Amino acid sequence: MELLGSEIILESLRREGVDTIFGYPGGAVIPLYDALMKAPFRHVLTRHEQGAAHAADGYARATGKVGVCVATSGPGATNLVTGLTNAYMDSIPLVAITGQVPTSLLGKDSFQEADIRGITIPITKHNYLVKSVTDLPRVIKEAFYIARTGRPGPVLIDVPKDLTTQKAKFAYPSEVRLRGYRPRYEGDPAAVEAAARLLAQAKRPLFFVGGGVQLADAAAPFRQLVDKTGVPVVSSLMALGVVPTNHPLYYGLVGMHGTYAANMAVMNADLLIGFGVRFDDRVTGNLQTFAPKAKIVHFDIDEAEINKNVRTEVAVVGHLKWSLEAFLQLVERGDYTEWVSGLDRWRQEHPLTYEKKDGLLKPQWVIEEISRLTGGEAIVATDVGQHQIWTAQYYGFKHPRSFLTSGGLGAMGFGLPAAIGAQVGRPDRTVFLVSGDGSFLMNIQEMATAVEQELPLKVAILNNGYLGMVRQWQELFFNRHYASTRLSGVDFVKIAEGFGAVGLRVTRPEEVRPALERALATPQPVFIDFQVAAEENVFPMVPAGASLDQIIGA
Amino acid sequence: MKHTLAVLVENRPGVLSHIASLISRRNYNIESIAAGLTEEPDVTRITLVVEGDEQIVEQVVKQLSKLIDVISVTNLTHVDSINRELALIKVRATPEKRTDLMNVVEVFRARIVDMNRETVVVELTGEEDKIDALCRVLEDHGIVEMVRTGRVSLNRGPLPVKEIGWRE
Repeated sequence: MELLGSEIILESLRREGVDTIFGYPGGAVIPLYDALMKAPFRHVLTRHEQGAAHAADGYARATGKVGVCVATSGPGATNLVTGLTNAYMDSIPLVAITGQVPTSLLGKDSFQEADIRGITIPITKHNYLVKSVTDLPRVIKEAFYIARTGRPGPVLIDVPKDLTTQKAKFAYPSEVRLRGYRPRYEGDPAAVEAAARLLAQAKRPLFFVGGGVQLADAAAPFRQLVDKTGVPVVSSLMALGVVPTNHPLYYGLVGMHGTYAANMAVMNADLLIGFGVRFDDRVTGNLQTFAPKAKIVHFDIDEAEINKNVRTEVAVVGHLKWSLEAFLQLVERGDYTEWVSGLDRWRQEHPLTYEKKDGLLKPQWVIEEISRLTGGEAIVATDVGQHQIWTAQYYGFKHPRSFLTSGGLGAMGFGLPAAIGAQVGRPDRTVFLVSGDGSFLMNIQEMATAVEQELPLKVAILNNGYLGMVRQWQELFFNRHYASTRLSGVDFVKIAEGFGAVGLRVTRPEEVRPALERALATPQPVFIDFQVAAEENVFPMVPAGASLDQIIGA
Repeated sequence: MKHTLAVLVENRPGVLSHIASLISRRNYNIESIAAGLTEEPDVTRITLVVEGDEQIVEQVVKQLSKLIDVISVTNLTHVDSINRELALIKVRATPEKRTDLMNVVEVFRARIVDMNRETVVVELTGEEDKIDALCRVLEDHGIVEMVRTGRVSLNRGPLPVKEIGWRE
């Protein structure tokens, strides 16, 4: 069967199980879009290529499938860079297809030419510049294989325009042959045994769960592990929802804005077992004083993470589904009554709190109301900043793949497109976006996408008139020099209506619930401008580079 | 401490780019890179000399191994290996000085591969410290310019490097 290059691409995508593509057309991809019109895919037209990348990312986070985005050459491709970097940092499986100038024009500074392959080398798991139309099926098959196996990540495929209009016989390879890439599923049983032995001896063990457990879809065996052993759990930002936040053995977020109990647990444990974590600086604080009393055991799929930041006693390298099952067979329930009651006391004496003032709308209150009204069952996307951490602290997550946030990169502008991608992928769930007035402006054009796709998104903009997190640092460490952090008032309600959506404004605490209820009852996308207290700070806080027990405001 | 890594990679355009990019962004201290063909037409062999302690080099090996185009990485530092480098050195050599220069060249078992009224080019293949020693002696004559390939290494014994490699 002879097909056009554009048709070959789409047929290959179909064989990889793709049914949704996020993208934005342009000169170099017109032939591809022409074929797309007749193909059985849902194409979500965003209003910026950055939106397409973040939407594919949010889709992947919410569904566990590989997210696919398409952009044209030159500026279209470079607009994907932030989205790809974000996916790379959080290990999200993405395949990005970019148009490129025809092969005869390559390397001549042609119109809308950019060396996107060169540009994305450090921010993709792998990338390709396709040189021949007959390579397309193999490249696409490899790209998906690389994106979704091992430690997931984004893969970019750059396709010169002339390839998409050439004809070739379509033959889809039956297997992938990559000598340099053989991801390991099973780990070393001896390592698992060593880990189990250490657990049997520990008096104050602690499980530290991270994003890897979500990516591996291994929340179920992890929960079984917790229930079987009775070991307390703390979580990184990327694993909220792996353990329901109201589980008695769950002590909260750990790290820079972690709970008192969680951070003190880390500082006092004699055995710290990390599952799918990478011990990054937001979590560890000062590495010299991190978990000083603990032996560290590290379960991860990526060998390069072992001993990268912290010295490990035992490492179990393999897919977490395999490792957790193997570990589960070997472990027993321990008696940690004294340890757990100590953690309970810390949790009780140092709960997450904020000052409630009469009539003043506090951002934390908004999150709490959203949590109550959705029963912890919604998918919640955030942007980056104070609102992100308050969501992490005050929303009662019940399920994995429910908290979609830019953790490693911390990219403002992620939220709205990611929420769009999540809603497209999970039409059965309520999807909330919690954003800030700073972040929301960064990809505000995607409101058009939400309206066009008729997505029942519910958006809470915590509007305090500031670039909040930076303002907090300026308040605490720079003598309240609010340099360029005051964000002038924007009428989000008018803007929402201008895009054809529903806009609401809330200024008082008692208006929160009725506004949320009205939003939940409205099928259209609803954008709520919550005008919250201006100078509220995120606590607890461990200043950058400090030790995890040097906690402010707990 | 200097470590020698033998890296086998797919012979495809852009692979060197990937490796250089990795080295640059993770701030590794690379002394030399030598790349060339091997007995397999689609495999390129890169010999890297890295400066650092064991922990840093362990990370270099692991991060390189993650690259899709990297087939294998082997740390040859503690493996019995043959290390060689090629140097071409252009030295000032007026007729009066030439005899002494040629004696030096003979002692080092190097060769003269170019000669004119003012300069000669000395070629030497050998271990790095031998080349360093030759350069120090030639400095008295005046080195105009020089090019060195960087170290290439092959482990002794019958096994090819990818079979002794502990990383694939």
